[in-house]
Amino acid sequence: MEKNQPFVEIRHARKCYGDLEVLKDISLTVDRGEIVAIIGPSGSGKSTLLRAINDLDPLTSGEVWLEGTLVNQVLPHHRYEKHINQVRQDIGMVFQHFNLFPHLTVRGNITLAPRMLKGLSSEEADQLAVDQLERVGLLDRIDFYPSRLSGGQKQRVAIARALAMKPKVMLFDEATSALDPELVEEVNLVMKRLAEEHMTMIIVTHEMAFAASVCDRVIFMDHGVAIESGPPDRIFQNPTEERTRAFLSRHLRNS
Amino acid sequence: MGLDFSVVPPYLDIILIGALWTVALTVGAGLLSFFGGIFFALIALYTPAILRLPFRAFEWLFMGTPLLLQLFLIYFGLVQMGVDLPAFVAGLIGLGLHFAVYNSEIIQASILAVDKGQMEAARTLGFSRAQALRKVVVPQAVREVVPPIGNNMIALLKDSALVSVIGVGELTLSAQLAIGRTYRPFEFYLVAAILYYIVNLGMEAVLRRLERRIRLAR
Repeated sequence: MEKNQPFVEIRHARKCYGDLEVLKDISLTVDRGEIVAIIGPSGSGKSTLLRAINDLDPLTSGEVWLEGTLVNQVLPHHRYEKHINQVRQDIGMVFQHFNLFPHLTVRGNITLAPRMLKGLSSEEADQLAVDQLERVGLLDRIDFYPSRLSGGQKQRVAIARALAMKPKVMLFDEATSALDPELVEEVNLVMKRLAEEHMTMIIVTHEMAFAASVCDRVIFMDHGVAIESGPPDRIFQNPTEERTRAFLSRHLRNS
Repeated sequence: MGLDFSVVPPYLDIILIGALWTVALTVGAGLLSFFGGIFFALIALYTPAILRLPFRAFEWLFMGTPLLLQLFLIYFGLVQMGVDLPAFVAGLIGLGLHFAVYNSEIIQASILAVDKGQMEAARTLGFSRAQALRKVVVPQAVREVVPPIGNNMIALLKDSALVSVIGVGELTLSAQLAIGRTYRPFEFYLVAAILYYIVNLGMEAVLRRLERRIRLAR
């Protein structure tokens, strides 16, 4: 099998809040179709790293590349806005707290961006909403407002909303952390299905079992440093770094 | 001299036309104050100091001085500058701007209260900040302001009586005209008061329906 060129690449990412350095020179690459989990204790910088990929939390220094395009280009404000809004259409993101638009129905949530940003007609956008909702198994909720959905359903709609932009990569920022335990599985199932379709995914998660069963690679972060990275079997069963071992034993004891 | 309402019917047409002008003034200035309020709120929150600071001064002018004086300024003052507005238009602008400034305060607070995640989610999809504000943040903020802005609308209706002094033939001025001919202030002011109250009831009914519709849509 031929080696892909890096699809997503982060080079020497640093991020400081005043004196506090939350990302310390992190570099990593993700291949097309690869599914990468980022694990680590709270405050380790994993969400900050994820949010740097679409420049939601801009890096202090370093570069983010997506398929040969520099995401965090330094441009005059107006040109930067044009550039980043274009790039973000290719980067889907799912948040811990769903962030569905409560004033719009499920259909409205999914079709808003394709209609406004890609100029789809309302028929085309509707068809897109139907397709994406079938993918997450919620077609029967198309005319519901978010307030009438369960947490798991909300997150599946949020995934459908991101997928409707046909992104090249999907970022998941603790997508199941805010859910009741019995609702986690339905969201994991949707993510598993995306994995089977070879969607490129970068997943920040606390769920080791899910990371182990779905991801191609696991990165362990602590204090703004990528401590170690490797296939889930090796990281979970035979970590080389002491800090990884300590984190995992602590985490497994607590869960 | 007791009350004698038989003096009212011959002037009822004048009074009712006055009431219609009051409704027109309230609806017109109300709409102006609502959309003006959104516009001012966006200036206050999202523009650089060069726009925001003059706006602050303007806001202070409208909040810190009497509405009556503002009406005089717009109607009589502007004539001197060569802008001769019809009294109704001057009244509309004066009431509209005055209440727009108050509405802006409410809308600013409501925009800031919208969860930050909403803007983030919209930006992540590729919306510009302006698009995200227009399609995601402001529509949510506006839903929350119906009750407090409704209160301002009722205050606006009552304050619309002030434009009688620049000669807009609304309800209060019509009552005064009838009084000038009949010398029966009690009867006509009472009739005017009742009509204000009826318009008020109508407005409250509309606001309640609006609130109900918004509640249903979530």
